[in-house]
Amino acid sequence: MGQITLQGVQKSFGPVHIIKGADLEIADGSFVVFVGPSGCGKTTLLRLIAGLEDVTGGAILIDGRNVVDVPPAKRGLSMVFQSYALYPHMSVRGNIAFGLKMAGIARDEINRKVEAAAATLNLTPYLERKPRELSGGQRQRVAIGRAIVREPKAFLFDEPLSNLDAALRVQMRLEVTRLQKQLGTTAIYVTHDQVEAMTMADKIVVLNGGKIEQYGSPLELYEKPANLFVAGFIGSPKMNFVTGELAKQQGATTIGVRPEHLKVERDGQGGWRGTVSVAEHLGSDTFLYVDAGPQGMLTARYIGELDLHPGDQVSLIPDPARIHRFDDSGKSIRA
Amino acid sequence: MATQQTQLLARTLLTPAVALLFIWMIVPLALTIYFATLHYNLLDPGSESFVGLENFRYFLTDPAFLASLQNTLVLVGSVLAITIILGVPLALLLDQQVVGLSIVRLMVIAPFFVMPTVSALVWKNLLMHPVSGLFAWIAHLFGLPAIDWFNDAPLFSVILIISWQWLPFATLILLTALQSLDEEQKEAAEMDGASAISTFIYITLPHLARPITVVILIETIFLLTVFAEIFVTTGGGPGLQTTNIAFLIYSQALIQYDVGSASAGGLVAVVLANIVAFFLVRIVGRNLEA
Amino acid sequence: MARMVTTRNKVISTAAAWLVGFLIFFPILWMVLASFKTELEAFAIPPSFLFFHWTTENYVTVQERSDYFHHALNSIVIAGGSTLIAMLIAIPAAWSMAFSPTKRTKDVLLWMLSTKMMPPVGVLVPIYLIFRSVGLLDTRAGLIFILCLGNLPIVIWMLFTYFKEIPKDILEAARMDGATIGRELIYVLTPMAVPGLASTLLLNLILAWNEAFWTLNLSTLEAAPLTVFIASYSSPEGLFWAKLSAASTLAIAPILVLGWFSQRQLVRGLTFGAVK
Repeated sequence: MGQITLQGVQKSFGPVHIIKGADLEIADGSFVVFVGPSGCGKTTLLRLIAGLEDVTGGAILIDGRNVVDVPPAKRGLSMVFQSYALYPHMSVRGNIAFGLKMAGIARDEINRKVEAAAATLNLTPYLERKPRELSGGQRQRVAIGRAIVREPKAFLFDEPLSNLDAALRVQMRLEVTRLQKQLGTTAIYVTHDQVEAMTMADKIVVLNGGKIEQYGSPLELYEKPANLFVAGFIGSPKMNFVTGELAKQQGATTIGVRPEHLKVERDGQGGWRGTVSVAEHLGSDTFLYVDAGPQGMLTARYIGELDLHPGDQVSLIPDPARIHRFDDSGKSIRA
Repeated sequence: MATQQTQLLARTLLTPAVALLFIWMIVPLALTIYFATLHYNLLDPGSESFVGLENFRYFLTDPAFLASLQNTLVLVGSVLAITIILGVPLALLLDQQVVGLSIVRLMVIAPFFVMPTVSALVWKNLLMHPVSGLFAWIAHLFGLPAIDWFNDAPLFSVILIISWQWLPFATLILLTALQSLDEEQKEAAEMDGASAISTFIYITLPHLARPITVVILIETIFLLTVFAEIFVTTGGGPGLQTTNIAFLIYSQALIQYDVGSASAGGLVAVVLANIVAFFLVRIVGRNLEA
Repeated sequence: MARMVTTRNKVISTAAAWLVGFLIFFPILWMVLASFKTELEAFAIPPSFLFFHWTTENYVTVQERSDYFHHALNSIVIAGGSTLIAMLIAIPAAWSMAFSPTKRTKDVLLWMLSTKMMPPVGVLVPIYLIFRSVGLLDTRAGLIFILCLGNLPIVIWMLFTYFKEIPKDILEAARMDGATIGRELIYVLTPMAVPGLASTLLLNLILAWNEAFWTLNLSTLEAAPLTVFIASYSSPEGLFWAKLSAASTLAIAPILVLGWFSQRQLVRGLTFGAVK
C-alpha cells in the first residue's frame, strides 16, 4: 500500500513561505508528477514528504497515518536524488544493499534481492564496480536500484533525469515508467520539464509560487487548464494569449488558443491576419511566428511542411471549439 | 536546513570545541590584563600590589619598547617585501612548462618544513659564520672581506633567515592562485593582441591581488611574534638591535621575572595582532559566503 | 588546452627553475652534507663539497652524548598527541557546522579563527604561571594541552572545508536508507572524509612538530622536544657543526617527507580556504 495524503501542508524558512498550504490525495500505485518553474516549491514539497525537512504546519498521511514526526528512514519511502547521491566508496552492490543492511536483513536475503534488482536494471555485470567507473545512465540505474530494492511504499524522484543527455533521457523516461507500472508502487516525481510530466504521469500537480495551481491527468490539464498559469505552462509551444476587444467579444478578459489549433491560410481573408516573421521548418512540423498587429505575436503549428517564408501574408483561423476563456483573475471560464 | 532532531545533535557536538576555545581565549587574556595592573616580580614574591596603568606607562616609555617596536616593524616589513617581490616571479617561473617540475617544487617548498631552530642554527653557523661559513669563503673567492653577519648587520641577518623560511609559503600560495587562473582568459587577451607584459599587468597581476593580500596578512600575524630565530641566533643583541616585541616580553617575563611589565607588553602585542587580524578575518569571511 | 611552447623557452624556464630551486634548497643540502663530515672537515676552509671522508660517526655520537631519542620521542608524543586530541574535538564540531549550519555558523568559524591570531606572547605570562603552579612545566602533558588548543582552530577549519565538499545529498540518501546518525558517520561520512582527515592530520603534525614558541618556553629537559634540543646547540662554546647537522637532519627528515606528501593540501590549510 502507498496512499499519500497532504492536508494543509505549509513550510516556511524564517519569514519566507515556500509552501503555502498544500492539499493532495495520491492514490496507491499512481504515478504523480510535481511540475512547475524553478523556485515554485516542488522539491521542497517532495523533501517534506520524504521527511528531510520538518513541516511548519499541516499533516502528511501515509496509508492514513500522520508521519510529520516520523524520521525519514521510518516512513517507508525511498528517494532518487538529482545528483544520484551514490556512496562513492561503495561498489554498486554496496550501494544497493546499504538500505537493506541498515534494516538488519540477513546477508543471503540481501544478496538475493540486490541481484534481482540488478537483473531488472541490467546492472548485473557492474555489481562490483565503483560509481566513478560507471556512465551517467548506469549511475542513474544504480540510484533507482537502491530505491526499488527496499520495496518501499512509494518512490520519490527529485529531477532524476536532468543530468542525462537528451537521447538517454528519453530512454530512461520509458524505463522508469515501465518499471513503476511493473512494480505497481506509488511514485512521486519532481521535474521542471513539462514533456516529462505529460509523458510519465498518471496525474500532474502544477505548482507555482508555493501553491498547487491544478491537479489532474495530463489531458485534463491540456484540455481544461484551470487558469492562465497552467494554460501557459502546459503545452509546447506555449499557448497564444490575446486580450482586448477580441477577448471581450467572447465575454472574457483573455482568450487563449494553442498553436496547433490555429488554421493557417495563405492570403486568406478570415481570422487574424499577419506577417510571418520567422518560419521554422522541422519537416514533420512547421512553426510560424506571426506578427498579427493588434493581436501581437502569435505562434502557429502546422503538421507537415508548409512553404511559407518571412514576409509572407497569412491569416490564422482559431478553432472555435478550442478557444480557452479566462476572467479578470485569470481563472478559466467554463461554458 | 534539516530536521530539529539533527540540529539539536549538531549543537551538542559543537559545544566542546567552542567551550575549550572560549576558555583558552578568555582565561589567559583576563589574567594578562589582571597581572598588567599589578606590581608583580617573581624574584620578590609577596610584594604584589595594584599599580593601575603604571606598568603600561613603564613599558611604553621604556626605550627598549620603542627600539623593539621599530625592530618588529622593520622585520615584518622587510620579510614581507622580500617574500612577495621574490615570490611573484618565482611562482610565475614555476607556472611555466618546466621539466621535472615536481622535484623543483619539492626543493622550493622544503625550507617551510624545517623547524625554526634548525634553520636559524644552520644559517648562523654553516653559512654565515665570519671565518668558516660558506658565505665568508665565497666572499674570499671574489677577493672581498668576509662579513661578520651577526655583528655588522644583526637585524638584516635575522631578516634573511626568516625570509628564506617564508619565501616558500608565499610562492606556494601565489602558484596555487596562478594555476586557478583561467587559461582561456589569457588566450582571449592574446587574441586581443596583448603582449606578454600587458597580459601580466592587466590579467595576471589583478588575479594575484587577493592571494597577495592573504599572504601579507597571514605572514604578518606570524612575523609579529617571531621568537625562536632570535632566541637561538642573537638572543636579542647585540644590545637591543635584534630584540622584537615578542623577545622583549619574553626577556622581561622569564629573565627579569617582571610579570606586571611583561603582561602589559603582552597586551600591546595582542592589540597589534588584532589590527591585522581584523582585516584577515574580513577577507576570509567574505570568501566564506561565496 | 596545452599551449604551444617552443623548445627554447622550455629549456630556459627549466634551467632557471632548477637553478632557483637548487639555491633555495641549498642550505638544507649543505647541512645534510656537513652531517657526514668529520668536525674538522665541516669547519674547513675552503669547504669540500663532495670529496671528503664520508662518515656516519656523527649520528652515533649524537645519540650517545645527548640522548637524541629521548627528545625525538618527546616530539612524537607531543606532536602526535596534540594532533590526535585536536582531531577528536574538531571532527564533531566541523561535522556539525558543515552539515547543520545555522545563521551563526559563519560567526562561530570566524571567531575560532580569530583565537588563532592571538599572539602566544600575549598570554605567555599567565600560561607560564599557571603551568608552574600546577606542575605542568616541562611535562609532555602540558605541551600536548597547549599545542592542541593552539592548533584546534586550524584543525576545525580544515575539516570544515573538507566536509563542506561532501554532497549533502549523499548523507540524505543514507538517512532515507534508514541509517541512524551514528551509522551515517561510520559507514558514509568517515570513508568519504578520509582524504581530508589524512591531510588535516598531516599538516597539523608538521605544525606541532615545528612549534618553537611554547616548546622553548615551557620545557627544558624532561619533556623537551627536538626544537628545544637543537636550540641547545646554540651555546657558543661548542662548535660541533657536524653533530649539529646530524641532529638537525634527523629532526627535519621525517617532517620533510610528510610535508612533501601534503604540499597540495598545505595551501588550503594555511590560508583557511581563502586561496584555492
